[in-house]
Amino acid sequence: MIKKFDKKDEESGSGSNPFQHLEKSAVLQEARIFNETPINPRRCLHILTKIIYLLNQGEHFGTTEATEAFFAMTRLFQSNDQTLRRMCYLTIKEMANISEDVIIVTSSLTKDMTGKEDVYRGPAIRALCRITDTTMLQAIERYMKQAIVDKVPSVSSSALVSSLHMVKMSYDVVKRWVNEAQEAASSDNIMVQYHALGLLYHLRKNDRLAVTKMLNKFTKSGLKSPFAYCMLIRIASKLLDETEGGHDSPLFDFIESCLRNKNEMVVYEAASAIVHMPNCTARELAPAVSVLQLFCSSPKAALRYAAVRTLNKVAMKHPSAVTACNLDLENLITDSNRSIATLAITTLLKTGSESSVDRLMKQISSFVSEISDEFKVVVVQAISALCQKYPRKHSVMMNFLSNMLRDDGGFDYKRAIVDCIISIIEENPESKETGLAHLCEFIEDCEHTVLATKILHLLGKEGPRTPQPSKYIRFIFNRVVLESEAVRAAAVSALAKFGAQNDDLLPSVLVLMQRCMMDSDDEVRDRATFYMNVLQQKQKALNAAYIFNGLSVSIPGLEKSLHQYTLDPSEKPFDMKSVPLATTPITEQKTEIAPIATSKLPEKLAPSRQDIYQEQLAAIPEFQGLGPLFKSSDPVQLTEAETEYVVRCIKHTFARHMVFQFDCTNTLNDQLLQKVLVQMEPSESYEVIHYIPAPSLPYSQPGSCYTLVRLPDDDPTAVSCTFSCTMKYLVRDCDPNTGEPDDDGYDDEYVLEDLEVTVADHIQKVLKPNFGAAWEEVGDENEKEETFALASVRTLDEAVGNIISFLGMQPCERSDKVPENKNSHVLFLAGVFRGGHDVLVRARLALADGVTMQVTVRSSEETVVDVILASVG
Amino acid sequence: KMLIIRSQSTEPSLYTVKAVLILDNDGDRLYAKYYDDTYPTVKEQKAFEKNIFNKTHRTDSEIALLEGLTVVYKSNIDLFFYVIGSSHENELMLMAVLNCLFDSLSQMLRKNVERRALLENMEGLFLAVDEIVDGGVILESDPQQVVHRVALRGDDVPLTEQTVTQVLQSAKEQIKWSLLR
Repeated sequence: MIKKFDKKDEESGSGSNPFQHLEKSAVLQEARIFNETPINPRRCLHILTKIIYLLNQGEHFGTTEATEAFFAMTRLFQSNDQTLRRMCYLTIKEMANISEDVIIVTSSLTKDMTGKEDVYRGPAIRALCRITDTTMLQAIERYMKQAIVDKVPSVSSSALVSSLHMVKMSYDVVKRWVNEAQEAASSDNIMVQYHALGLLYHLRKNDRLAVTKMLNKFTKSGLKSPFAYCMLIRIASKLLDETEGGHDSPLFDFIESCLRNKNEMVVYEAASAIVHMPNCTARELAPAVSVLQLFCSSPKAALRYAAVRTLNKVAMKHPSAVTACNLDLENLITDSNRSIATLAITTLLKTGSESSVDRLMKQISSFVSEISDEFKVVVVQAISALCQKYPRKHSVMMNFLSNMLRDDGGFDYKRAIVDCIISIIEENPESKETGLAHLCEFIEDCEHTVLATKILHLLGKEGPRTPQPSKYIRFIFNRVVLESEAVRAAAVSALAKFGAQNDDLLPSVLVLMQRCMMDSDDEVRDRATFYMNVLQQKQKALNAAYIFNGLSVSIPGLEKSLHQYTLDPSEKPFDMKSVPLATTPITEQKTEIAPIATSKLPEKLAPSRQDIYQEQLAAIPEFQGLGPLFKSSDPVQLTEAETEYVVRCIKHTFARHMVFQFDCTNTLNDQLLQKVLVQMEPSESYEVIHYIPAPSLPYSQPGSCYTLVRLPDDDPTAVSCTFSCTMKYLVRDCDPNTGEPDDDGYDDEYVLEDLEVTVADHIQKVLKPNFGAAWEEVGDENEKEETFALASVRTLDEAVGNIISFLGMQPCERSDKVPENKNSHVLFLAGVFRGGHDVLVRARLALADGVTMQVTVRSSEETVVDVILASVG
Repeated sequence: KMLIIRSQSTEPSLYTVKAVLILDNDGDRLYAKYYDDTYPTVKEQKAFEKNIFNKTHRTDSEIALLEGLTVVYKSNIDLFFYVIGSSHENELMLMAVLNCLFDSLSQMLRKNVERRALLENMEGLFLAVDEIVDGGVILESDPQQVVHRVALRGDDVPLTEQTVTQVLQSAKEQIKWSLLR
């Protein structure tokens, strides 16, 4: 029966596993001998070992069979065999969640826990707490308290750790043992010290004062246990993190003093804590960096790894602080542990000079296939950062990335590479064709739908405008033939863009489109049919509006408007101009490598800030006839910081009105303000038509009041206006402690800063992914051009920034980025003027003595062109 | 923000160890104890073990970052020992657990740390790990203490208090331990 002692088996070589062909049912059958008298400890021990082995292998035990075996096992408590007893404790713990009625062993365990056998007591406590609930815990409370302060370390540790496990379930019981834990903390045994400190912290962590006191006590008296020191460092750095202000504190001094501890674990914990503190100064970092530098040459791989990983972290924020370690890091780039080598190289890439990039990249490519995905992502992140730092290195990087793209790897890794290539293409126009070629190759064999659609979208945007657009068609059409619905649909959209941009490709694109119209999927067919019909018209304006630049409305807004339209039957066609515009550009988001941990979260379309305002304003009856909200400005502060009242204003623009929302906070705890409103005096012919006061402003609870203003109808060019603002209210003094106000109040007022309305408040940003097409679409019917000299501006960057913020329009084609060392630049801006008129601006800038700017404006409405030019001049 | 940065709000805690694993040289599980819900099902656990084995069995590198976790490891003849913790964990603490486990087993198996000897003394292994880590908390890091607590030979109990059977049992135990080389 017991194979292990079979002579033959003994000789059959080291490949045999006595547990290999264990049958659960056979083992449970064997367990019947637990009931035999006298107990055979040796055989029983072996059977328990088999049961635990099976559980450990992940074998499933049904409740009935587990309960049966458990009850049979309880009989083994009659034996005094120590190993057998210990295995019984283990069985109890392993079966606690599988078997029923495990509490049957409570009294046996309680007996062992309080008995004379020290070797039983600790494990018995741990097994008992595993099967105990809050009620039963109270019954053994006396024994637990005694055990915590027991002089035998294994007993005390077992009681402390078990108490810690119980805190979650029975906080109120365990917190009564704080005095015992306190006593245990002064034990000579290092583990008891550690466990006591851990339990004390968990019991007190919500009481800041108690934690601070505890820290003071232990940091002064000193501890023997390095584990306990690490715990103290963590508690201290958490407290420090929650404290506002600098590191000039005894807590920081304590952590820094741990850098001189004789145990490496403690030294490393302290260095790591300092490095991870926000807002560390170079001076504060220096000693931590020095010890990490020493660890870089340790014979222990784990220590080298820990050190270089932490230095890598420092290099992200303070590359100069790590420069001193460059030599040590150089020694690690050939480390046999590839994780260490990777971290050393990516750290050097951050701290080293441009000249070392090629050498380091070569080194890393020699082993990149051996490292885990986590580190590959680290490498890609380092490359991404490098490309921004040294744009000239993009060809080296691109080459490297394309090789990585061919290797095996998971989604996060591939996504990081694709994002990195896309950002290189966007930053460096000359790398566009190489980058697109690599991505084309990648989607030929890409299992990730998200990446394939993303690349197809990019191909549609960039491909048609390359010198040889035809070479991309094959890659795109292959997707239509081979891939899933989402990818096929994205491929159809990309194809349409090629047809719209390139007349000579149009006939072939139409043929391919025709084939897509037979697709088995609705969405793919619909898109193909739609694009087919648009393309056949061969009109630039249609192509621009429906293929290149798509809809720029807010999706939740569109849904709401359409719903409204269906509720209110009318002969009038639905007007797209009544739909609020999207406030954040949907397509041209900055590509950032997202943290891995969040990659599993589904992407959700959150309502934008403007959608929320729209909802809030619509709830106020006085604002109901204003139509859809056109634009909401960023908040403008109308008071200095730290004044009695804090007021900021958000300007909401509607077709013919503006609503000024004043968010007010009363910072005086002895006043209650009532009937608060902001009186506005316009400089131009703007007309204040309504005030909606905030009924009550208690201390520190923000409230809003509103002012409604009608825009001048007769003069559409009057887009700017200055308002002088005064807050008016009724003050009721009150008791600072209770907030109870006096019965009487008095009127008072408070002068606020002036509020400006500018041309930017009348224009909403709209992204045109293909500016050229949009420019043609609007046409030159209302085009006007003027030249200005920007005398006070010294650089093109500054000029571009000023123009964008002044007009409040969306820069397109990444023209907000001025290439280095250029003395001329063209800025493309797009927007929609209040009332729904598209407006486009092309600004040619030349740098000589100051900046000269030639502005060309196009719009579907002539007045809008005049307004823009007038406001610039 | 990136995976290397330790979250500032990390709550100081004694829960250090996420798992202790021992695999054989085919990557099969000889022992596995998971202390939290990072891998809740047997299927996920085995997949993780496979991944760990593939990434580590050819190199003797001691430490790696896998699936966002820090893995410290050690191999001997045909056994692979792993201790796994969060990527924010102090690597040296995990190393202390690994060393304690290995050194304890080495003493218990009379330096004969290989698969066959281990399989013949599985109860010793079960008890040793139980003394080193409890529910993810490091319970003991000194191998002497662990061996002392596991290899109970009844020496602590005065002879007069022992029954004849106990003495016999104790003798048997001692013979057994000496047989287990």
